[in-house]
Amino acid sequence: MKKPTAGGAVSTVASMGTEALDAAVSVVRRAGEAIRSRTSHAGETEHRWHVMTVCASAEEVAPGGKLPEPLARLGDAIDTQLRPAPGERGTELACRLHHKGDAGQPDTAESANGHDKVQELRTALRHAKALVETGEILLPDRPSTNRPTVTGRPLDKLIEKAQGEGRL
Amino acid sequence: MKALTWQGTNDLSVEQIPDPAMRNEQDAIVKVSQTVTCGSDLHLLGGYIPFMRAGDILGHEFIGEVVETGPRVKRHKAGDRVVVCSFISCGRCWYCKEGLFSLCDNGNTNPGITEHLWGSAPGGCYGYSHALGGFAGSHAEYIRVPYADQGAFPVPDALDDTTALFASDSAPTGWMGADLGGVKPGDVVAVWGCGAVGQMAARAAILLGADRVIAIDRLEYRLDMTRRHVGAETLNYEKTDIDAELREMSGGRGPDVCIEAVGMEAHSSGAQNLYDQTKQQLRLQTDRSAAVRQAILACRKGGSIFILGVFAGFVDKFPLGAVMNKGLTLRSAQQHGHRYIPMLLERMERGELKTDHLATHIMSLDDGPEGYHLFKEKLDGCVRAVFQPGR
Ligand SMILES: NC(=O)c1ccc[n+]([C@@H]2O[C@H](COP(=O)([O-])OP(=O)(O)OC[C@H]3O[C@@H](n4cnc5c(N)ncnc54)[C@H](O)[C@@H]3O)[C@@H](O)[C@H]2O)c1
Ligand SMILES: [Zn+2]
Ligand SMILES: [Zn+2]
Repeated sequence: MKKPTAGGAVSTVASMGTEALDAAVSVVRRAGEAIRSRTSHAGETEHRWHVMTVCASAEEVAPGGKLPEPLARLGDAIDTQLRPAPGERGTELACRLHHKGDAGQPDTAESANGHDKVQELRTALRHAKALVETGEILLPDRPSTNRPTVTGRPLDKLIEKAQGEGRL
Repeated sequence: MKALTWQGTNDLSVEQIPDPAMRNEQDAIVKVSQTVTCGSDLHLLGGYIPFMRAGDILGHEFIGEVVETGPRVKRHKAGDRVVVCSFISCGRCWYCKEGLFSLCDNGNTNPGITEHLWGSAPGGCYGYSHALGGFAGSHAEYIRVPYADQGAFPVPDALDDTTALFASDSAPTGWMGADLGGVKPGDVVAVWGCGAVGQMAARAAILLGADRVIAIDRLEYRLDMTRRHVGAETLNYEKTDIDAELREMSGGRGPDVCIEAVGMEAHSSGAQNLYDQTKQQLRLQTDRSAAVRQAILACRKGGSIFILGVFAGFVDKFPLGAVMNKGLTLRSAQQHGHRYIPMLLERMERGELKTDHLATHIMSLDDGPEGYHLFKEKLDGCVRAVFQPGR
């Protein structure tokens, strides 16, 4: 056990040091893998409706039929549906990537960047909900440092995707 | 500015870092006057919640003065003294409107991480890893407070900083355990853990009219404090058979409400502790849950259990059979502070809820690493170490 030094680095207790670090790295990795494996079913994800419930009326979600900016920006690239949510929960806002042909397989060009498009759609959906409900898109704090570490790199990748990925 | 940062497992340091910046129009910047350690930080410190980046600022329970407000902040202005809820919640999504503030849909800027771990994302929390939004913590001279109209509460002049500080996190957490655990007049309530959270839960149970409130720990100085300042009865689990004792104290029924305020690093005696520690170190379970187990077995038939202690992953030997066959209600949450803080400040003003005794060590921020050392190892009678960044 190191003694505390004023203002400097201190290691309080070393009881679980390396095991805990290993665990940390493996949990971060596993979370990353979970994100990748879920979206590797690209065809499936690309056809799915991504839905969020917005705590507002349909008219507030899309005044005069105009979608909130983050979704409006995607234009014809997406299909959108609005329906009232049961139990006065507001409005269910559903979006999916628009496919030109029938509802079968996406064309090759589309699946190549399909994953990115799904991410973009999910992010837009979250942002649209936040804008309608709160009037702003909450931003994280700027990182206080960028010092590289063992868990830092996989964690950074995870954070990068954390807006566009998830279960939504 | 100066800040206490996480550098790695069990490794903290005080660093000079840039001042926080306003990022949204509903933000305020608060100059922190007091900020306190919490049992939840110990789980970060020990590496049990592996979503910290070296350099992240710790701390989520704080009081201070507003120094800057965004154009859309209406309830606060520079100079106001505010206590801030540890959870970051928008106040306008369905969960917030239902009073389930820690489940806010909009407060977490990294929802993908916890959606994968748990199925959906809770709200954000200051200084509580990138899984809960990656917001900077309060162990610093200044902090950015998003959704300031929702999360910051004016402090009545009559209250000193150290008393009001605990309205940020431990007092509402404890209150929530008793409230949502369903404590009512005539109940026998047992509370596991005599840290600040357990003590506040025990006090809440008394104020909600419980007939008997029994708090459990092994640290005599904490048991003694709980008897003196909270007014609960106490049991030392290393000196007595908790299950037998609780039955005897509740007419053979078992407590009506059991509140767990220990969390994922629960200690237990003998073989069970060795088993849990080994399994946790071998990654066969991520969390140790001895107190939850004991609470489930002790609880009366049809009673309720509220888990306030933080858990992150999986536990072993969970007595699901007892939950099912005894018809128990099991509930849990990160704290929904926004719904309780104004009421708690009033109770503090009326002298019903005493909190300043929890601040056993008031230190400068430079002594942060030492403060965590005392808090983690439960040395020198430490219950909570409070840091004063301005001094
Ligand atoms: N739900 C929430 O929003 C919320 C908010 C704050 C804190 N917490 C959690 O509450 C828990 C307690 O926080 P704290 O600040 O009081 O921590 P603390 O470390 O000061 O106190 C925990 C106490 O539990 C005791 N303990 C350990 N094993 C026990 C057992 N088997 N039976 C009975 N007591 C046992 C310890 O001796 C200690 O006194 C932590 O897990 C923390 O993360 C939750
Ligand atoms: Zn806390
Ligand atoms: Zn909300």
